[in-house]
Amino acid sequence: MKPVISSFCHVKNNTVRVDAESQFEGDPLLPFPEFASSAFRHLGVAYPKFFKMDNLSKLALIASEYLFRADPAFLAVGGENTGIVLSNYASSLESDRIHAASIASKQAYFPSPSVFVYTLPNIMIGEISIRNRITGENAFFVTPFFNTNLIVSYVNLLLEEERTKACLCGWVELDGPAYEAFLYLVVPSSGTRKNSNFSEHSTDNINLLKNLGFGIL
Amino acid sequence: MKIPAYIGPDSIFSPLGFGTETNFSGIVSGRSALGLIQSAYSANPFCASLFDETIIDDIFEPLGKPSDFTRLEKISIMAVASVLKQSGISLSDNRTLLIYSTTKGNVNLLELDASSEIPENRVYLPVFTRLLGDYFNCANEPVIVSNACISGLLSMVIARRMLRAGNYDHIIVAGGDIVSEFTVSGFRSFNAMSDEPCRPYDASRKGINLGEAAAAVVLTRDRSLAGTVPVVMTGGASANDANHISGPSRDGQGLFLALEAAKLEAGITTAGFISAHGTATEFNDEMESIAFSRSGLSDVPLHSLKGYFGHTLGAAGLLESILGVHSLKTGKLIASAGFREKGVSGNINVIRETGNCSLNSFIKTASGFGGCNAAAVFTKEDAE
Repeated sequence: MKPVISSFCHVKNNTVRVDAESQFEGDPLLPFPEFASSAFRHLGVAYPKFFKMDNLSKLALIASEYLFRADPAFLAVGGENTGIVLSNYASSLESDRIHAASIASKQAYFPSPSVFVYTLPNIMIGEISIRNRITGENAFFVTPFFNTNLIVSYVNLLLEEERTKACLCGWVELDGPAYEAFLYLVVPSSGTRKNSNFSEHSTDNINLLKNLGFGIL
Repeated sequence: MKIPAYIGPDSIFSPLGFGTETNFSGIVSGRSALGLIQSAYSANPFCASLFDETIIDDIFEPLGKPSDFTRLEKISIMAVASVLKQSGISLSDNRTLLIYSTTKGNVNLLELDASSEIPENRVYLPVFTRLLGDYFNCANEPVIVSNACISGLLSMVIARRMLRAGNYDHIIVAGGDIVSEFTVSGFRSFNAMSDEPCRPYDASRKGINLGEAAAAVVLTRDRSLAGTVPVVMTGGASANDANHISGPSRDGQGLFLALEAAKLEAGITTAGFISAHGTATEFNDEMESIAFSRSGLSDVPLHSLKGYFGHTLGAAGLLESILGVHSLKTGKLIASAGFREKGVSGNINVIRETGNCSLNSFIKTASGFGGCNAAAVFTKEDAE
């Protein structure tokens, strides 16, 4: 009955990889906003809300969309039973800086609610929840690096409770031009799913997967 | 049978007072820290609960050089130092963890002038908490929870899970936020700020007041730290509305789900009182009233403490949980400051006057941007 990892996704260096296989490769010289738009359009889904999000939420949404496409059965456990546990280093600092700049000058004082709402890192959890009707457990941790032990141990505690049956987990970091997402899905090892190939949700396995095909996360 | 999560020593630093006793006796006697603020960064005055920095520095002096720390760092260090002193536990013990809750941390460093002595990299939350970790010589890297306005309560829910799993003997849950031009201008852009003391659930409510505070509490396996009337955190959960990032759901679905999960876990269907979120915005209070009605809690006496402290963001759920525990221990039902006439559509029983009452348990809730909600249950051990 140990929870297992059904799929994982890296978004980094203007490429999207799911289970270490390339799904989309953008021009490596494109800045993130252009890459994000093309990676999202590549999915061929109509979701205009995406284009109103800040870059951090866009990064999270792209990674989650590619993951859910790779494992559509994940969402079948039901929104109430699906948790989302994410983390990063810079919190919402990019939107924080934009909001701070909008109030820096008394002559040009234009704080905007559509910027201010993104000055919280958990907004990405809200965006993914809205998109996929997920209403389960939430947590956003801010850590100096991707803290595999914290995320794995906390998510496994959630999955021991009856309510949470599956969890979207990982790291979504964006600060200036640098960005990096590593998201993965954890599901129960029992039930109707053919998951004999899935590996156990353990610190060792996540440490292996988080850098697979890339440098140090 | 998992280990009970006892509520150990606590501490609150707010403009109403330094120390939990001062804060609790303050609200029992109906004092509010809210006042009209004339500020350099705001043409119009606004109503908020703000510290006097010179008083903070005087009290902080024995703990460090005040100019080396931001206001948030000072009040946070004072809150954590207080619970360490009261409990005798040490963060350098590897069975002890510090969880720190904040929404915006040192975000005001983005707007400070160049003459500030504080390095700007302390705006990064992990840099700030590493400072806390170094200050208290923590064996474990402090864990930061930043999940909008449920951060404080969610931190307690997370701490309870970790403690009961046996991962730690004691977890200090601390949290804080300050008021700055950053947050004032942001909430103003939403037209969410009231220019008078807020009135949660009232027909004439006009919006939130911001407030500053830091708080800390020890969650522990050690019953001997829980005092003469031990209180146990018996349930806790979070849930998302999946509806809107800046507006609560119309049917209170996320809060309803969190309430149901927390009550189920605690094995209760009702409680002595509810310490609700109650920000005094039109939509939040309305949503809460619907969720409480749906959850069968219409008759349970309910308050919001925002009329005493304002909305202290990352500290709110923590500060309000601590005061709720003191209500349980002393049998005091606290009035919901600012309430006169019900102005929400759900049936709720808002507390009009502070008084004595025999209490065995209470429910604490919080809701925030991103559609997040949390609920927790606290129970006197002899009533379990």
